[in-house]
Amino acid sequence: MRASSAQDPNKGLGIKARRALSYIVLAIVSFLCLFWFYVLFINATRSNAELTRGFTLVPSKNLIKNLTNVMTGTQPVLTGLINSLIIAGCSAALSTYFSTMTAYAIHAYDFKIKKFMFTFILMVMMIPTQVTALGFIQLVSKMKLEDSFIPLIVPTIAAPVTFFYMKQYMESNLPLSLLEAARIDGSGEFRTFNTIVLPLMKPAIAVQAIFTFVSSWNNYFTPALILHADKKKTLPILIAQLRSADFLKFDMGQVYAMIAFSIFPVIVVYLFLSKFIVQGVALGGVKG
Amino acid sequence: MKQARKGKVVRYNKWGYIFLIPFVVVYLMFSLIPLISTVYNSFFENYRSGLTQVGPHFVGFENFKTILTNGDLLTYTKNTLIMWIMGFIPQIILSLLLGSWFSDPSLRLKGQRFFKTVIYLPNLIMASAFSMLFFTLFSDGGPINSMLMQYFGMAAPFKFMSNVWSVRSLVAFMNMIMWFGNTTILLMAGMMGIDTSLFEAAQVDGATATQVFWQITLPLLRPILVYVMITSLIGGLQMFDVPQILTNGTGDPMRSSMTLIMYLNKHLYSKNYGMGGALSVFLFIITGVLSLIVYRFSNKKE
Repeated sequence: MRASSAQDPNKGLGIKARRALSYIVLAIVSFLCLFWFYVLFINATRSNAELTRGFTLVPSKNLIKNLTNVMTGTQPVLTGLINSLIIAGCSAALSTYFSTMTAYAIHAYDFKIKKFMFTFILMVMMIPTQVTALGFIQLVSKMKLEDSFIPLIVPTIAAPVTFFYMKQYMESNLPLSLLEAARIDGSGEFRTFNTIVLPLMKPAIAVQAIFTFVSSWNNYFTPALILHADKKKTLPILIAQLRSADFLKFDMGQVYAMIAFSIFPVIVVYLFLSKFIVQGVALGGVKG
Repeated sequence: MKQARKGKVVRYNKWGYIFLIPFVVVYLMFSLIPLISTVYNSFFENYRSGLTQVGPHFVGFENFKTILTNGDLLTYTKNTLIMWIMGFIPQIILSLLLGSWFSDPSLRLKGQRFFKTVIYLPNLIMASAFSMLFFTLFSDGGPINSMLMQYFGMAAPFKFMSNVWSVRSLVAFMNMIMWFGNTTILLMAGMMGIDTSLFEAAQVDGATATQVFWQITLPLLRPILVYVMITSLIGGLQMFDVPQILTNGTGDPMRSSMTLIMYLNKHLYSKNYGMGGALSVFLFIITGVLSLIVYRFSNKKE
């Protein structure tokens, strides 16, 4: 009874009123999510002179000019883009391939340390990379791998979160009898993995490839500690440089164009793949 | 015959080890060895003062004593937690609300795909670029201030970047916007997993939607809520990109938005490996304890 009195304000609310309320809240929330990107887009299309005159809601015509200014400016944006693409692409490929392999080892075989390995991976899943960053950069400089992409790509082979997702997916989608059948047909274990398991895992691989790509693309902490040469820098490092440079000297149209340049490609790709991504989050989260 | 078959099974199972090799080698090399050497470093005095390199000398627990007593650690932990809480509370309320609406069949919301797509979008945005965007938008001569002056009649621009609570609020707001979509989807998946007959029974008994939410959905959702909260706290302790870019690494005004990882980053840049090591060990212990709780929880569920 005590609980019901606490809810009195809403008690009389009919289904229509509740529906209206939820649409209003959803509209406000969507506005809060999209507004910033809209302003970014508008401002990226305006010249510095127009920007100093205050804010408007209609785009202007200087987008191309701002973008070419960014490309030809002092910041190595184009190489930054290529570097980011290389690192994120290789990370996504290696991480998904080897995480599937690790998950397959735990899923399909019985061996002594199996249980220990599984528990171990789950335990270390939450440990943040920043905690080991100190030892990591010392190791990288000892191996003379500073300004190289290797220390940013290779470590993604051991990705506990991706592993866990793959393991969950295998439990419901990869029957062991299928592997038995492949064995009877004389397929070797490595070949079975590459030609039967990988194709079956495609949906999970796609979801995890997107997530690994995006998190590598957005990563700022580790690359900033390892990449020092201008030619090797990735987009987030260039954004940070833009922030630390003397701000008022800049052509603001160019600043907005540069931010837009690092944000909009991801948005466009996301809009095409959003269905898989949203489903993928739910799938991975249920069992957590 | 039996012997031969057993031999075959064992022969297959050695592939379990073979397939584990890449993970184990990479993990040992790039995570475990760095972790050990981080801990090792924390016992040495090792920093650069101008051009002279001091150490490394073994100093025992001196570094730990220093970071625990000089007050910085306490301030930065406090900053980090304040900004996390400011972002997490609105985030969890909004996520519970949206999640229960999305998963309520009687509401029949249209355009769910669209809304889910929109609320998840900020999660994929480069945090550093998003933060840079907010910095330009909220700068003294930026569009938000010109909007405030044009439409709301403010006489002078509000200096967002020089006020303790406006900087903290911006950081918290950005974190909220970036993460509430993810939380909503997780909670919704949990809500969908609740036995629908419970809802039907409640409806037959004449319960209102609010009663159903407080007395059925919320209690049954508790394990997922705890999971969401602790993983969010672990994520919150790693807060770095947003405040780092927004304040250009200074954590200004007066280091009130300096987070633990920004502090660590400072030590790593100035090559103060002794203090950096001690701070890393401190962070490792906290996140380790929190991870253990998550691990216990996800095991209990099954």
